[in-house]
This record gives sequence, structure tokens and C-alpha cells, in this order.
Amino acid sequence: MMTAPPAVSIRNLRIALPKGAERPFAVDGVSLDLRPGKIVCVVGESGSGKSMCAHALMGLLPDTVSITSGEIQFEGRDLLKLDDDGWRDLRGRRLAMIFQEPMTALNPLMRIGDQMAEMFEAHGLLTPKERRAKALSLAREVGLPDPERIVRAYPHQLSGGQRQRAMIAMALALEPAVLVADEPTTALDVTTQAQILKLIRNLQRNRNMAVMFITHDFGVVADIADQVVVLRHGKVVEEGPAATVFNAPQHDYTKALLAAVPTMDPPAREPLDEQARAVEVIGLDKTYVTSGGWFREDRRVDAARQVNFNILKGETLGLVGESGSGKSSVARLVMRLIEADRGTIWIGDTELTSLSGKALRTERHRIQMIFQDPFASLNPRRKIGHIIADGPIAAGTDPKVAFERARDLLKMVGLDAGALDRYPHEFSGGQRQRIGIARALALEPEIIVADEAVSALDVSVQAQVLRLLEDLKTRLGLSMLFITHDLRVAAQICDRIAVMQRGAIVELKPTAQLFAAPEHAYTRELLAAVPGRKERAPAA
Amino acid sequence: MLSFVAQRVVKGVIVLLAIVVLNFFLIRLAPGDPAVVMAGEAGASDQVFVKQLREKFGLDKPLPEQLFIYVKGIATLDLGFSFRQQAPVAKLIAERLPATLLLTLTAFAISLMLGVLFGTFAARFAGTFLDTAITVFALIFYAMPIFWVALMGILLFSVTFDWLPSFGYETVGANLTGLSHAVDVAKHLIMPAMTLGLFFMATYTRMTRASMLEVKRLDFVKTARAKGLSDAVIQRRHVLRNALLPVVTLAGVHSGTLIGGAVITETVFAWPGIGRLMYDALLQRDYNLLLGVFVICSAMVLIFNLITDLVYRLVDPRIEFAS
Amino acid sequence: MKQFWKSMLKSPSGVIGLVILLLAITIAVFGPMLFPNSPWRMVQRPFLPPFTLGAVPLGTDALGRDVFAGMIFGARVSLLVGLVSTLVALVVGIPIGAMAGYFGGKVDDALMRFTEFFQTIPSFALAIMLVAILQPSIYSIVASIAVVSWPPVARLVRGEVLSLRTREYVQAAVVTGQSNTWIILREILPNALSPVIVLASLMVATAILLESSLAFLGLGDPNLISWGYMVGAGRTVIRQAWWITVFPGVAILISVLGLNLIGEGLNDALNPRLSREGR
Repeated sequence: MMTAPPAVSIRNLRIALPKGAERPFAVDGVSLDLRPGKIVCVVGESGSGKSMCAHALMGLLPDTVSITSGEIQFEGRDLLKLDDDGWRDLRGRRLAMIFQEPMTALNPLMRIGDQMAEMFEAHGLLTPKERRAKALSLAREVGLPDPERIVRAYPHQLSGGQRQRAMIAMALALEPAVLVADEPTTALDVTTQAQILKLIRNLQRNRNMAVMFITHDFGVVADIADQVVVLRHGKVVEEGPAATVFNAPQHDYTKALLAAVPTMDPPAREPLDEQARAVEVIGLDKTYVTSGGWFREDRRVDAARQVNFNILKGETLGLVGESGSGKSSVARLVMRLIEADRGTIWIGDTELTSLSGKALRTERHRIQMIFQDPFASLNPRRKIGHIIADGPIAAGTDPKVAFERARDLLKMVGLDAGALDRYPHEFSGGQRQRIGIARALALEPEIIVADEAVSALDVSVQAQVLRLLEDLKTRLGLSMLFITHDLRVAAQICDRIAVMQRGAIVELKPTAQLFAAPEHAYTRELLAAVPGRKERAPAA
Repeated sequence: MLSFVAQRVVKGVIVLLAIVVLNFFLIRLAPGDPAVVMAGEAGASDQVFVKQLREKFGLDKPLPEQLFIYVKGIATLDLGFSFRQQAPVAKLIAERLPATLLLTLTAFAISLMLGVLFGTFAARFAGTFLDTAITVFALIFYAMPIFWVALMGILLFSVTFDWLPSFGYETVGANLTGLSHAVDVAKHLIMPAMTLGLFFMATYTRMTRASMLEVKRLDFVKTARAKGLSDAVIQRRHVLRNALLPVVTLAGVHSGTLIGGAVITETVFAWPGIGRLMYDALLQRDYNLLLGVFVICSAMVLIFNLITDLVYRLVDPRIEFAS
Repeated sequence: MKQFWKSMLKSPSGVIGLVILLLAITIAVFGPMLFPNSPWRMVQRPFLPPFTLGAVPLGTDALGRDVFAGMIFGARVSLLVGLVSTLVALVVGIPIGAMAGYFGGKVDDALMRFTEFFQTIPSFALAIMLVAILQPSIYSIVASIAVVSWPPVARLVRGEVLSLRTREYVQAAVVTGQSNTWIILREILPNALSPVIVLASLMVATAILLESSLAFLGLGDPNLISWGYMVGAGRTVIRQAWWITVFPGVAILISVLGLNLIGEGLNDALNPRLSREGR
């Protein structure tokens, strides 16, 4: 491999966190090089300091942190010695950045084209008319459909992927030498993510840009990286060419991270055909209507269209799809958290949809839910003991017995019994998710509905929680409805998988069959878009 | 756009009607037989006259029918008759309305402009002495009762320095015309408008400051910085524009308070507007007039709310008129 | 709770506000004990300027009444009206907002139409009308201030409940079979309370301003002396005796300022979002 001189050279960067933070330095002695025409992926779990590195390179660190030592060499000078005007001149012109949330990263009150034109205006380039023309051609270059319309549109009128394309167009406007991308595809659906990754790859090759790509997702790393830097607690634990890091990781942490990424090969599973049906869902329909007022037409969104499925005893059924596919709505319909327009839900021999009021409340214990967001799913003002025992107590269990059982449950999910008297904010995301599982098990359910239960967790924690779920399910003989957008996770835990698109199930098959021989075009598209699916080709 | 206005106007009329009905019954709760009161006002109080009055104004009819007659009257802009002032209520209000509009709109314009200006400065220099000074002044103005501000203004600018007239709309008997008349009115207007505006200025200052600090932390401001835009452009184009949205909302919410403040300001400065008229009606227990002023005030609030809603929709593209 | 007091005492506005409020409460409760005579009684010659006689430090008004004594007694009325009317407004507004937010749909529509209707009526004008019609008394004043100040409470609580209702821990309470009452009281309201407390402290301030304005216009309780009434009474003689209007006004200003400062302190302590920059 030819080694061109680095475009950016970060040396011994050290960024101090404010007093009282969990560690003194967000970034602790990081050194790395960005080379023209190469993509460096900085990868790490939440809190690893990867985003801080990106912001330091742009001079956009928040006021609460400060750089205590190090240098960033770029085009013959140390960026850390720049004054405000120096930074302003470089930003946008030589260094450009794209962000994680394309919705909030765009000014909601300005037209897309105007926001693109600002790039030239900021550096006193071109006339207003030329800027508009440039904005149009940029929109075309990043593959935005109907560019004439898009440049006149406001951010809220664009889809997530279109917004990120617009951000990329903006970043590339002045042909910068360096592009900093901070988790640019994390907020996007998997098919959109694949397109955006391809776009970044192509543009970067054509323009010979140096790219610093921040991500937590090893699949994305596998797809896009030339060079990989693994960060942990603000320190570089491993770096090297992508192929080397993937095929022969040196550091234990890298090995553990890679091992925690679920593979796309579903493990062999016992057939369950003889089992009785735990859940039967027949003809579920749900349409959300947003009233348009007196003079406007109502807006209708189909969350569920003729959804049919069943779950056998001891079986895990996966429900996969992209955002807006209706998978979470189906979970809430099955839980009777929202009411279906039509359709019936059977839990064993009980028709759940025919119940209401007290009768419904007493049957609810049979089907319990685990939620997505470990920070929003526990009442911040109630102690863990109450959070777990409230359900059984409401059902008439003696409080003393209920608390005793809460203690056992905490042990079962791998937490200390001392947690009973503490509040949710004292626990990490993974621990909270365990508490959520204990709460669901407290009512001795037959069925668990897990709604993106591991999506908000770091990959190593995710693996642990998945193992716990699988283990509990087998031990307690539970059935599970597992909602996820992540096909890798689904492959590992589901017996059968239903693929949802726009409120309808387009394909439902045993997991191995679905992965080996997808029939529906959408299923194939989804599978192809999963990052890191292709075996890594050795880096050129 | 048009359909939105139409929809809001229809809703506004319904609300106004409800207000009329509510107040009609409220007024009837007041102690005293209106006919007897009227007779007394007219200077005669014999039984026959009272009975005649009852019949003439339909006061012998059942309440719902009286309400119907009143509402029908309003539809033709007939708000009843004030016996105290011996004139139709509508005419009295029409005479006084321009003065009130002049006062409230001036106060509103002053408070909004100065408030946004000071709020912007405070946010721009957050944490500095300037910010602290503006914040403290805004807090103090925010806590002063309007009637007291008015009296302190009189004490300072009329009694002590003798710079400004302390009451009225124009110099009585001066018979000025043209420009000199306008100057005279303006001189009379300064103190009431400043008095009324001060509280709202403080409100807008605080709101603008808080809102700008909030917007400053949003992602798109970071994007703007990443573009290499100058600080001034970022503040004006990205921060201020977004920060003004809640200020517009607040202006709408406060329109009712503005009218309430006008009642007090006009009373203290003897400004001949409908606020003063309301105070007089109150003192004289002139219920027809009171109800009339009240209906007009409510209508003004509704119109003002409609305007702020329209403005909001114009500045925020996320709210669309039609799908 | 300890955490809360710690951050409350860290914010300078919160501390100043608390000191002012405690002072005002002390004066309102114990002050009148120092003045056994009615504040309505003539104690000296009329128009005695302030700082001339130690016994009447702030001078006398047009009828020879002690301005200082009036201010002490007035503190009672102002604080009482401010606190009680706010309490009544909360008692009305919180349940309406909570029900509208929690049950949604038609219940929400009906309750919110009702609330919006009250918000459209110019509040001060309505308060004037109500007091005038019901005849001025401490009860009619409290009632009319409560009537015009509950709608913001209802709207705030509704908004909070609406966003909390879809929170996952509330859904968890639903699926574990808790009753609606339990969910509203245990899971939702405690988490919706912070902004309501902040609003309440500002409402007390507004109520004091409203009461003084009513009294200034001659709509105060005729049996109780209040700051607004004193300013109103001194208004016509402002050219001769400035002190009659200046001192009670300062009292209003300071108490309202104190409550607003408490509001700011509470806001910093309960919603630490803005103070925690960066991340």
C-alpha cells in the first residue's frame, strides 16, 4: 500500500471533561492520521470519546470541555492554535462535517437551497444567482430526486435519507480536503443507510477526500473503512487496516466487540410444530387518522393491514421492518395498548379483544412487554422494588410476598437484591433493561412482547441481554414476539420471522429459510442492505 | 390560507357568541332590577314608568327571549342603550375605540421592538454585566403593577420635571390642527404607552433571551458554525429567527392582558378609550355599557389572536395551510 | 428532596426570593400584633410626611391614617389572596388538565374547548366584571382571580400528561394491570409536577398584582386595607403627598419580585436542563 502523506495528523490529543464527570479525560492521548482518499473509521461504544475527536477536529467542542494537550496538523499548521477567524476560514472550505440527526442539523425555517447557498456566502464566493445554480447542481450530484423542487423545499418536507443527502451536498460544496462524518447513518433505516454509505464512498473516491467516519456499528465499519481505530474510554486500543482489524484483531476488547456482533447465520433450531398455540392474531387492521380540520382532507396512515400470525408455545416470532412499517404498532395492538379497528387476538383460549375494563386488567398478566428505551421505561420517581412489585400487588398479591419475589427476580436477571431500594437513575442502560425484564416476569406471563428491547444498547451489552432473554425464555417455557429493525439480532433469536412493510406482513417464514431463500422483493432488499453482510475484501 | 382564516373566523364568532351568552347571564345576576335602576337613571321612579320601561326593553319577557333579542341586536351592531350616558352603547364605544387602538398598538409595538432588542443583547452577551443588568431590569419591570408605574411616571415626568402632560388625549381648548395636533397627541401618548408597554417589554425581553439561549444549543447552529459562517450571521439568521417563534405565540396569549392593562392605564391617565369607558360604566353600574365594552374587548382579543396565528404560520413553514 | 434544596440554595435568585417570601410571611403573620389599633384609625394629622415622626415612620394619608400600619396589614391581604386563589386555580386546573391529557379524544376536546374559551376572555376585564357583579369581598376577589387563572394550569398539565402518557413506563403500568386512577396519581402526576410548581409560584405573583389592581380600581374588600387600595386612595393627592402612593407600591413590587425569583430558582432546581450545558 502506497502511503501518501497524511492530510490530517492528530497527535496526543487530550480533552478534559468538566469536574465531577465519570472520568477526567473524554479523549486521552489519541493519535491518528487521515490520508487523502482514505476513510478512517473511529469506532467505539457510547462514551468512548469518538464523537469528541470529531468535534475537536472541527473546532466545535462544547464549552464545558477543554483541550489540555496535543496538536492537530493540517496543511502545515496546528489547528489547535487557530483563533476564531482562522477556524471560520477553514470550516466549510477545507474541513466539512455531517451529523447524526439530519432533521435537527438543518434549520427548520430555511429552504434547503438557501442553506446550501450559505456555504458559498460564508466564504464570500460567487454571486447569489451563481450560488443558487450551484445548490441545484449539488442537489443533483448527491442524487436528490427532483432537485428543482427540493432546493425550494423546507427540511420537514424531506425524508430522513433526503435530508442526509442534502447535508452531504452542503458539506461537499466547497470541495473540502477533509470530511468528518459523525454517525451519519445511525438515525436512518437500513436500506437508506446502505444508499448513503455508497454515496459517501463514491464522492470520497472521486474527490480524493480524507474522511473521518465515526460509528458504533461494526457492520458499517466493514462496509466502508480503509483504516480502523478502536476507541475505549478515550484511548486508542487498536488501529490498523480494516482487513487486519477484522481478520486478526490483536486487543481483547476488539475481539470481544467483534464477537458480540451477531452473525447473519441463523443457528439451527428445534422444530416446534407439535406445540400448542400461545397467541393467534387474526385480521388485525389499524389506521391512524389525523384530522385535517374542516376544509382539509384527513391524513391516513395504515399501521396494520390484515395482519395474521400465530406464536406457538416456547416459540420466538420475529417482527422485522423499517421505521413506519407498523411493527411497533402491532406490538401495541397485541398488548391492547392501542385498539385495533378490526381483528381478533387470542391468548390461549381467551379472546383478548373481547375483554374490557376490569376483566381486561385481570387477564393482562398473561402477556407482558419489554420496552425499547431503558431510560424511559422505568418511572424515575419509583424505587426498583416498587416498579417490579406494583403489578403483582395490583393483582392482589400480598405486598410482602411480592417484594420477596422481586428480590428473586432481580437475582434471576443478574442483579443484586440491594437494587430494590434504589432509583432507576442509579443504573446503567443494560441494568435498566434487566429491571424491565424482571418487571415483565413478575406477573408470570405466558408471552413476552419485546419491542426493540436491545436496540438502544451497546453491542457488548446487547449480546448479554439477548443471551439472558433466550435463557429465561427456555427455562420458563415462554413464547415471545420479538420486534426489531436489526436483522442480525433477529437471525440469532427468532424461530420464525415476519417481515413487515407499510402495515402488512409481506413474508413469514422459519428464520433459516428466510435468510437462505427470501421470496419477496422487499425482504431481499432488506437483507442486501444489512451492513457488513459481504465478506470483507482485503483493503486495496 | 383563506380557508384557514374562514375556519378561524367561524370559530371566533362561536366563541364570541358563547362569551355574550355567559356575560348576559352574569349581568342578570347583579343585584337590583334593571328597570328600577333605569328609571332611577332617567330621573323618575313611579311604578307606571318602571312598568313601561320593562315592556319597552322586553325585561318582562322570559330570560331566553331577552337573550335572543340581545344577540339579535349584536348581529346588527346594536349593543343596547346606556341610560347614564343617554346614548346607544355602540355609538359610545365607536367614539372611544380609536383612542384605545392607538394606545394599545403603540404600547405593543414599543414593547415588542425593545423587548426583542434587549433580549437579543442579553442572550448575545450571556453571563456578562450587560446580561445581568438587562435581566435584573426586566425582572423589576415585570413585577411592577401597571397602575403604580403610571403614578410614578406622573410623579416623575409631570409633577417633578413637568415634561409631559399627566392626563387626557390632547390639550383641552387648544384647538390645534394638523401637525401640531399630532405632536400634542403624541406628547399625551408617550407616558400611557410606555406605562402599558413596560410590563410587556419585560416579558418579551425574558422570553427572547431564554428562547435564544435554548435555540443556540440546537444542532443546526452547529451546522451553521461548521459552514464557517460569521457569528453575526449565525445569530441573526439561525438563532434569532427560530427564537422568535415562541415570542410570537406569547404575543398572542398576552393580547387579553394588554386590554386589561389598557383599562388601568386609561383610568389613571384619563385617556378617553374604552378602558376608561369600562371603568366609568363600572362606577355607575351601567350594565348595558359594561357588557357592550366587554363584548368588544373580547372581539379585539379574538382578532389579535387570529393575526398572531397568521403571522406564526407565515414564519414557520412547518405549519401548512393545506395538505 | 435534599438534592432539590441544594440546587435551590445554589441559585442566587432562588435564595433572594426565599428570603423575601419568608420576610413577607413573617410580616403578614406577626406584623399586625405590633399594631393593636385598626389601620383605618386616624393617628396623626393628615398628610404628615414620612421620616418626621418615629411613631409614624412612613407618614399619614389624607385622613391621618398610618401608612406603615396599612402596609403591614396589607401584606396579609396580598399574600392570602395570592396563595388561596392560586390554590383554588390549581385545584380546578390540575384535574381538568390531567383528565384531558390522559383520556384524550372527546373528553380532551370538550375540556380544552372549555379551557380555551376561558382563555379568550380578557382576564382582567372578566375579573372586574365578576367582582363588580358579586360585590367586592375577599371571597369574590379570590373566586374571580381563580376563575381567570386556572386555564394556563389546565393547559400545562394537559401538555405534560399528554407527553407522559405515551412514556414507556406508563405503558408498562397499563400492561401490568394498574388502574387508571393509580396510573394518573402514581405514575404521571408526580412526574408532571415540576413545571406546575414553577407556574404556581409565578401565579401567586400574578394574583397579587391582580388583587392590587382590583383594589386600586375600588374593587377591594371594603373591610380590609390592602396595598392596591392605598395606592388608589393616594392617587388623587399625589401632587401633595407622594409617599401615600410610593410605599405601598414598593411593597407590591418587592413581594411580586420575590415570588418571581422563587419561580426562577425553582425552575433552575427542578428543570436543570438549561443549566447543564454541552454534552
